[in-house]
Amino acid sequence: MSAHAMTLPRRGFTLAQHLICLRGIAWREALRFLHQRERFISALVRPLVWLFIFAAGFRQILGVSIIPPYETYVLYDVYVTPGLMAMIQLFNGMQSSLSMVYDREMGNMRMLLVSPFPRWFLLCGKLLASTTVSLFQVYAYIVVAWLWGVEAPAWGYVAVLPALALTGMMLGALGMLLSSAIRQLENFAGVMNFVIFPMFFASSALYPLWLVQQSSPVVYTICRLNPFTYAVELIRFALYAEVDWISLAVVAGMTIVFTAGAIIAYDPARGLIARRGGGGG
Amino acid sequence: MSIDALAAKLTDRASGAGQKARAADAAPATPAIVVHGVSHAYGARKALEDVSLTVEAARFTALLGLNGAGKTTLFSLITRLYDTRQGFISVLGHRVSEDPREALRQLGVVFQARTLDLDISVMENLLYHAALHGIGNREARRRAQVVLAEIDLADRARDQVRKLSGGQMRRVEIARALLHEPRVLVLDEPTVGLDVASKSAILRQVRTLVQERGIAVLWATHLLDEVMPGDAVVVLHRGKVLAAGEFADIVAASGASDIRGAFIALTGGVPETPG
Repeated sequence: MSAHAMTLPRRGFTLAQHLICLRGIAWREALRFLHQRERFISALVRPLVWLFIFAAGFRQILGVSIIPPYETYVLYDVYVTPGLMAMIQLFNGMQSSLSMVYDREMGNMRMLLVSPFPRWFLLCGKLLASTTVSLFQVYAYIVVAWLWGVEAPAWGYVAVLPALALTGMMLGALGMLLSSAIRQLENFAGVMNFVIFPMFFASSALYPLWLVQQSSPVVYTICRLNPFTYAVELIRFALYAEVDWISLAVVAGMTIVFTAGAIIAYDPARGLIARRGGGGG
Repeated sequence: MSIDALAAKLTDRASGAGQKARAADAAPATPAIVVHGVSHAYGARKALEDVSLTVEAARFTALLGLNGAGKTTLFSLITRLYDTRQGFISVLGHRVSEDPREALRQLGVVFQARTLDLDISVMENLLYHAALHGIGNREARRRAQVVLAEIDLADRARDQVRKLSGGQMRRVEIARALLHEPRVLVLDEPTVGLDVASKSAILRQVRTLVQERGIAVLWATHLLDEVMPGDAVVVLHRGKVLAAGEFADIVAASGASDIRGAFIALTGGVPETPG
């Protein structure tokens, strides 16, 4: 009997092989990002338009009183910067989810899913890769904002890194969860209208919550229930080397919930994907 | 004779022939793929109903079926894109739903839809696939150069996939499927949309893999000219296996003079004219 005809022995993957797989997923994500220069440019232009135009216009209208973590009055463009950093990650998370839907339609996603590594590991790897890409985008924005005169304490730029990693994971996991529920690329416009815009505007990204509370208690409650608010506040405090523990707990908790949801949704035994099926022979 | 009766006769004969063949080979070789009693439905729509088939090691097995027969669903179950809820599937003795890691490790897959990343180079696609199988960069590059040389595309390694022809893309997909040195290769309608020359080149390449490397191949197609007299054949129709066995047995049992006649007798359908 030839060797190939026998049942082959079980061989687990080593830690090094797991790392190779992880690096491969991250590398491909980076390559795609580099090949799609317009994606990088639009990721940068979007928040800069807000900073250069919106914040400049509203600087004289919106008064921001002294609220933590700020120790004094700050200009509106300083206030809005953490929100715009989170905005980059929100759009990156959704872009990543869009690419997953595209990959699923085009077939690329299948090659990821038929890898012998556990599916949860593959999805977490994709999430980590997408988050890493978002970190580069955010730091590119920080450089431009700094040149524009929006400064934070020097150590804040380092302290904000773990906060950005966590918020990037949360928003990426949300995107991944949404991608499992979207049947076709055309349905993605709905995500823009029903997820990205409400999440961004009903948060503390553009205005402090005490201002919202004064004008509408209902909208204030919605803002308090929005996980994106906590992502923004976590980044805001971290930029001043402080920790907002409630935000940290909410973002960490929602990261776990969204990631678990995405893993279940992509599970071949329990998920949404298997129930739909596809065409073919 | 009704289609069902003919199908039952063929399945019995094929099964008997298979047993004889196995008895002749004294060594109890583990089949490359075993599909046993598998059913699958999308909601109320049944895609596969009690499907059983065996792909022997080091053999070319053609899975014949018209469009909508359930071939792609079966491939999705073999590759664990979907979970097998009824029945079981094993690859070289490893059950796909219980031990997916070992089963998928032995499996090279070419899907019907193109699965290459068009925006990155041929080599980058291969290295990405190698990483998904835990193969380090240096070894992956070495293997990639070997498989690209085998398919005569070594000089296109740095080219963006988008710049390749359809046939070249398919060959790269086959090369990619072989990169992790699987013992079993499954291909879902790999020649669809290709010109005659590309089709025959790909078919020849895959048959060489069977003969020279002893790789087991499950080749899904609706093109009857891709099946050869020495092949094992499974006819799938509307989610059911109508016949499974040796090419010659299936033709003989149907009373037809060739595989086309046998296929029409079994399914009542006319396969696409090869082009």
